Amino acid sequence: MQEIIELRRVTKRYGDTEVLGDLSVGFRRDLATALVGTSGSGKSTLLQVINGLIKPDAGEIRLFGRPLPSGDLFRLRRRVGYAVQGAALFPHLRVARNISLVGEIEGWDRRRLEARTHELMALMNLDDELGQRFPYQLSGGQQQRVGICRAMFTKPEILLLDEPFTGVDATTKREIHSRFMDLIEAEPTTVVLVTHDIQEAYALATDLAIMRNGKIEQQGTVTEVVASPKNEYVASLLRDGLAS
Amino acid sequence: MRLKLLLFTVLLLQLGGTTHAQERPVAVGSKNFTEGTLLAEIMAQLLEARGRVVQRRFGFGGTLVAYEALRAGEIDVYAEYTGTIEQVILASDSPLDATALRQRLARLGLELLPELGFDNTYALALTPETAQRHGLSRISDLATHPELRFGLSHEFRDRADGWPGLKRAYGLPQGSSGIEHGLAYRALLGGEIDVTDAYSTDGDLLRYELRVLDDDLGYFPSYRALPLVRADLDAQAKAVLAELGGRVDDESMRALNAEVVVAQRSFAAVASELLAAQGLVAARASVVEDALWRSLLANTLVHLKLTGIAVLAASLAGLGLAVSVHRSQGLSNAVLYATGLMQTIPSIALLALLIPIAGVGQVPAIIALFLYSLLPIARNTITALTTIDPVLRLVARALGLSQLQRLRTIYLPLALPHVLAGVRIAAVVSIGTATLAAFIGAGGLGEPIVTGLALNNTGLILQGALPAAGLAILVELAFEGLERVLVPRHLIATHTLS
Repeated sequence: MQEIIELRRVTKRYGDTEVLGDLSVGFRRDLATALVGTSGSGKSTLLQVINGLIKPDAGEIRLFGRPLPSGDLFRLRRRVGYAVQGAALFPHLRVARNISLVGEIEGWDRRRLEARTHELMALMNLDDELGQRFPYQLSGGQQQRVGICRAMFTKPEILLLDEPFTGVDATTKREIHSRFMDLIEAEPTTVVLVTHDIQEAYALATDLAIMRNGKIEQQGTVTEVVASPKNEYVASLLRDGLAS
Repeated sequence: MRLKLLLFTVLLLQLGGTTHAQERPVAVGSKNFTEGTLLAEIMAQLLEARGRVVQRRFGFGGTLVAYEALRAGEIDVYAEYTGTIEQVILASDSPLDATALRQRLARLGLELLPELGFDNTYALALTPETAQRHGLSRISDLATHPELRFGLSHEFRDRADGWPGLKRAYGLPQGSSGIEHGLAYRALLGGEIDVTDAYSTDGDLLRYELRVLDDDLGYFPSYRALPLVRADLDAQAKAVLAELGGRVDDESMRALNAEVVVAQRSFAAVASELLAAQGLVAARASVVEDALWRSLLANTLVHLKLTGIAVLAASLAGLGLAVSVHRSQGLSNAVLYATGLMQTIPSIALLALLIPIAGVGQVPAIIALFLYSLLPIARNTITALTTIDPVLRLVARALGLSQLQRLRTIYLPLALPHVLAGVRIAAVVSIGTATLAAFIGAGGLGEPIVTGLALNNTGLILQGALPAAGLAILVELAFEGLERVLVPRHLIATHTLS
């Protein structure tokens, strides 16, 4: 299967600290890969290398088969959705405008913006009425769903998620997970999901990539990796995750 | 037919234009003290009686300001004193004879008109009680009383022919402190100081029944008053002003001053009385006093114009500056230091520094207010832009917004409450500071304050101070309203970030 994101021998250092060390990895088109690892293993940095927010010191990155950076980096980023922990909605913009901001930048007309906003909100089970509120007037779970809508607005071919579902109770999380699955079933995209939560990885991802000290420790389908962890680090990570 | 009518109209307009050019308005200036203002009013009324249009530009804060205004053509004439011309304007070490004086002024494009007839030299004044207690009648008597406290006007303390020379000539042991001339007499009566400088024709000497010490060594040069005019002022106007030659002696000048400061009569009324008494104006013109509300309105409008232009320009400049430097810590600091430095220059000093560059009047006042407004606006904007939640910045970049798009849709709207607060501070501070602009002839609500200080007239001071305070409050309220319209409510209070 063709890999839509490819990183070859990517290195990134901050001073003496090597955050990514000679890392090579690929992600399969239209599948979800969970990126799991202890804190400081370089997961968030890897995401930001993919959409060009962080420039690596060495190595090669190919997106959609073409080397990065190429052409208009801003336009490229608008083809790559991005959502983070806590949603980070823009507090001065109403919910609907938060969601449709990228479409607005792309020059969509009003009718198209409204239609797409409505479509996404319905998929994520958000009342249209919420669109006119400010982010602070929403619950944490609602804000997370709005964050996903914003990331998916232009039907990006790649969706980068940096622990977007942490910080809500288990029931809410299950509900958001199922909504999210509906969404990516309706609009397939290549998902790279950074998470601490192995359960979440099981629930949402096909593939699993385990990170350790800026390198990929093991990669495969979730079932493969769980069935035969490469070493004790991977095994303990999976065990702790299962226990939580 | 229509064409003829048009031609006729054009001709008329041209005729009107030429007459207008011949009767160019004469701008009469004055320094901000009673006698200077009164003499200016006398000159203005005489010119008006002879059919000229007059612009009154009163209240310049000191000799150099008035002189610069004259040189720059902001005014055509003001009343000056021979001693001041020698010592301050021409900075001459030795007395000059009349011919030398005229020659040197001619080189500056200035001209002297005939002397008015009185000599307003410097004098040292004290209360009769102090004089009696220490047995003081001559300046040389002061040498044996080192305990006396001297509160002297700032100009007198700095002039070579003022305090430094006097101290040397008489061997006076005392030090001195600076005091605004308008406040000196009160300090004298209140016992806070013992001796102050005065002008020998000062009406306040009569008002407070003060003693003047005899200049027994003949130290003070003579200060004979005369109109100092631009050489390019038209001959008719010069001829009119020359009519005043020899019309006012020492005694009548002191009485005229007292009419204003003691009897609290208007400059206009006292001036018109003198002109009538001297037979220069046929009948005593009935003086129509400007309605209070009219001068209040005019001053307020000028005040709003000064602060409005300055704060608007500073908002644009401060915002632009902040936006262009906020990404660099070093540049941001440089801008904040530079604009902060500006704040440390006292307003009066800044206004004075601007005179050689921008002259006098509204332009330097606006420049000064602009410079003072930059700091709060730039500082608030830079702070707001640099403290935006880094996660929001990251997301804005990750969503593919260009730098300009991020500024326009995210950063500036988020910074808006702080920017508005900065503009608000700048506006309110400017309204206060703009009252000082009257010292360089910019007008506004400072004008009655400056005149009131010169006249020691609290009512007049309040006519400027109260509206200025009211204006500051109105501006506060206006900004509060503006904030409510422009900023979502939850961003005004504590919910800056959700």
